[in-house]
Amino acid sequence: MLDFPRWKVISISLLLIFGVMMSLPSLIGEGGQKYWPGFLPNETINLGLDLQGGSHILLEADPADVASMRLETMEESVRAEMRRAEPRIGIGDISRRNGVLSFMVRDSTQVDAAREVILPLTSGAGLTGQRDWDIEVRDDTRFVLTPTAAGLENAVTNAMDTATDVIRRRIDEMGTREPTIIRQGDTRIVVQVPGLDDPEALKALLGQTAKLEFKLVDFDADPNALAEGRAPIGSQIFPYPDNPTGLPNIAVKRLGGISGDKLTDAGQGFAPETNAPVVNITFDSEGGSKFARLTQNNVGRPFAIILDGQVLSAPNINEPILGGSAQISGNFTVESANQLAIALRSGALPVELKIVEERTVGPDLGKDSIDKGMIAAIIATVAVLTFMVVTYGRFGMYANIALALNLFIIVGVMAIFNATLTLPGIAGFVLTVGSAVDANVLINERIREERRRGRRVIQAIEVGYKEASRAIFDANITNIIAGVLLFMFGSGPVKGFAVVLMIGIASSVFTAVVVTRMFVALWVRRARPQELVI
Amino acid sequence: MRLLKLVPDDTNIGFLKWRNIAMAFSILTIIASIALVGARGLNFGVDFIGGQMIQATFTETETAPIPELRESIGGLGYGEATIQRFGDANEVSIRMRLPTEAEARPEAASEMTAKIVSTLKADHPDVRIDGVESVSGKVSEELFETGAYSLLFAMIAISIYIWIRFEWQFGVGALFALVHDVALTFGLFALTQMEFNLNIVAALLTIIGYSLNDTIVVFDRIRENLKKYRKMDIIALLDLSVNETLARTVMTSLTMLIALGALILWGPDVIFGFSVAMFFGVFVGTYSSVYMAAPILIWLKVGPDTFVPADSADEKPGQTGGPEQIG
Repeated sequence: MLDFPRWKVISISLLLIFGVMMSLPSLIGEGGQKYWPGFLPNETINLGLDLQGGSHILLEADPADVASMRLETMEESVRAEMRRAEPRIGIGDISRRNGVLSFMVRDSTQVDAAREVILPLTSGAGLTGQRDWDIEVRDDTRFVLTPTAAGLENAVTNAMDTATDVIRRRIDEMGTREPTIIRQGDTRIVVQVPGLDDPEALKALLGQTAKLEFKLVDFDADPNALAEGRAPIGSQIFPYPDNPTGLPNIAVKRLGGISGDKLTDAGQGFAPETNAPVVNITFDSEGGSKFARLTQNNVGRPFAIILDGQVLSAPNINEPILGGSAQISGNFTVESANQLAIALRSGALPVELKIVEERTVGPDLGKDSIDKGMIAAIIATVAVLTFMVVTYGRFGMYANIALALNLFIIVGVMAIFNATLTLPGIAGFVLTVGSAVDANVLINERIREERRRGRRVIQAIEVGYKEASRAIFDANITNIIAGVLLFMFGSGPVKGFAVVLMIGIASSVFTAVVVTRMFVALWVRRARPQELVI
Repeated sequence: MRLLKLVPDDTNIGFLKWRNIAMAFSILTIIASIALVGARGLNFGVDFIGGQMIQATFTETETAPIPELRESIGGLGYGEATIQRFGDANEVSIRMRLPTEAEARPEAASEMTAKIVSTLKADHPDVRIDGVESVSGKVSEELFETGAYSLLFAMIAISIYIWIRFEWQFGVGALFALVHDVALTFGLFALTQMEFNLNIVAALLTIIGYSLNDTIVVFDRIRENLKKYRKMDIIALLDLSVNETLARTVMTSLTMLIALGALILWGPDVIFGFSVAMFFGVFVGTYSSVYMAAPILIWLKVGPDTFVPADSADEKPGQTGGPEQIG
């Protein structure tokens, strides 16, 4: 007990000083950090969304959406390539039912040529030779293209990668600070944005696919057929909520439209005549020339502006639009126009994302939680400290110093790892106050016991520390097991609780056993007590 | 200086005398808890059943217009809203179950939230939205599953650890004590109908960790005494071990309860349920380490030979006092 070598004292003290130093930047607050010397470490604890306010949103894509979109794209490619082939290959009876694309080659002598055309479309992008689609020819002329599992998986991964980038761009465009955007599992994206004024705007922005298309309106469509949802051959029907004719939908030509993914810029503006909010878009050179061709060939006719499968408006083409920029009108407010502009600027999502979980905490509630958590922590600490001194005297005092150091070290370690303090984390902190003295209670009770059995002071202390350590170790391991499981299975705030708990357990064993032992050893060596008040 | 001693020196309380009554009582309370959960059910939060919850403060009125809210939100066609005071009189929580269409459309929960928030803002310009949670059916099912699994894993993993560090009988004893603590906490939530959410699962996991502290300290002393007093009757030995560790058990439980009491009385409203669960768990955990874990050792016939004697023969029974030399 007496031999506590100097090197041990020095290294323990250095460790404690380091721990306290690391905790200070977090504790002095933003006001104090201005005066913090720059050469010292200045990492601080992050506050979780539940404390500083913010939104946590979980987005999910449906792989079936990716599959059906892929099927659609494949149909378009097949149609285009067959038309382009020399000589042109006639196909018909195209269907996308049951997740496969099937079509007939009209002239059976062209089956081999058709296969040649399809082959490059269906091979995988990878080097492994893995195909994206399987080709099958039934009854001599019917081609059936079945997506392979590997190809589909690839497509989903690619779509999610692109979607993550698009989401990041959109949130950056909103100008929020320090958003966190991470892929989770195969089909999910977690978005965390601290300190938001309007979480609903964020939700609206994230939920919008922003797929923009321009298509010519089909005027030959019979209004009665339209009302029943039947489209003329070569056309398709889209819902049109603001249709001036009063019909709920409108027919547009399948072919000859252009897509709005070839934009270089988009911004909110006002229509010159009506002063209504609109979105101004600028095409890139390829999109611009396509748009010019479309408008040149169709002056006097209307085209539909389609956003995410819904027609916004169907303005007349009064003159060819050659400058590569256009105006999207619709039933906009300034906010919704601005939001669409952001969505268009950051690109369309390759797949529709749905919000499957949302947790938002307002800044006032977060502030309230911090204040109340601090009060509870202070009351708990003062009560436990008093209790320990009253019960164990000098040894209680040592335990209290250890507890105080322990709290600093928890903050310090969390700062080093840039860990996040959540509301349950504050509870973990308060809990640590109650449980960290447990080790000292165990030791001190054991010392009391050994004294009662007649051991001399120094021996009693020695045996007390030795015998208690075993139980302390075992008890804390079980807590660590619970902590690890909490971390593995818990969601965001609960993870924060687990982090505080585990750091608290580790550092409390250090302070409560090693550090108090040092205090006691130094005191015993100096005072040589014959009697022990404990 | 006179120091406080909550537990007098050298207590000799015959705890284990009551073991059969206590065990019957424990089993009864466990059955009662399970029956309560079955009969009343748990008041699951949106974390586990899906749906949405909004916390709102009406900044310019003394009391929140709850009947008015019930009508305006009920009129949105999502069904009946559960509207309750939350903290002060002008603070409410508005809970809503998943709409029926949510099965096919996972985004329905989030859309419902958006609709309610905009209705609130339109009807009451002074409303401040403090918090929003909306969880789709699929996500809530997953949260439910991982929560249940983590509780199960924690109990099993910790029992296995005890088995490795002690003996299998101790592992069984620990497992029973844990089942007791967890079951009773479930019972408390069924009885009070406090909201059962993710935080409560976190509390349960922490209870599993902490309630074992007592159990391990008692077990550790039992092991020590088994080696020391090889001829002592097992019931007397368990009593001795519990009595020897009693002061510590009381002290530690008290410091924990002090800290948790501070959280319940002054802590944030959001984690009130968490604090209550922990407080209760520490309380029943202390009981279960004496009256669940220890008696099971008797029935599983733990004796001096349970541990392979290695360094045990040097102390004879009765030779407890007297100073001795330690090298």
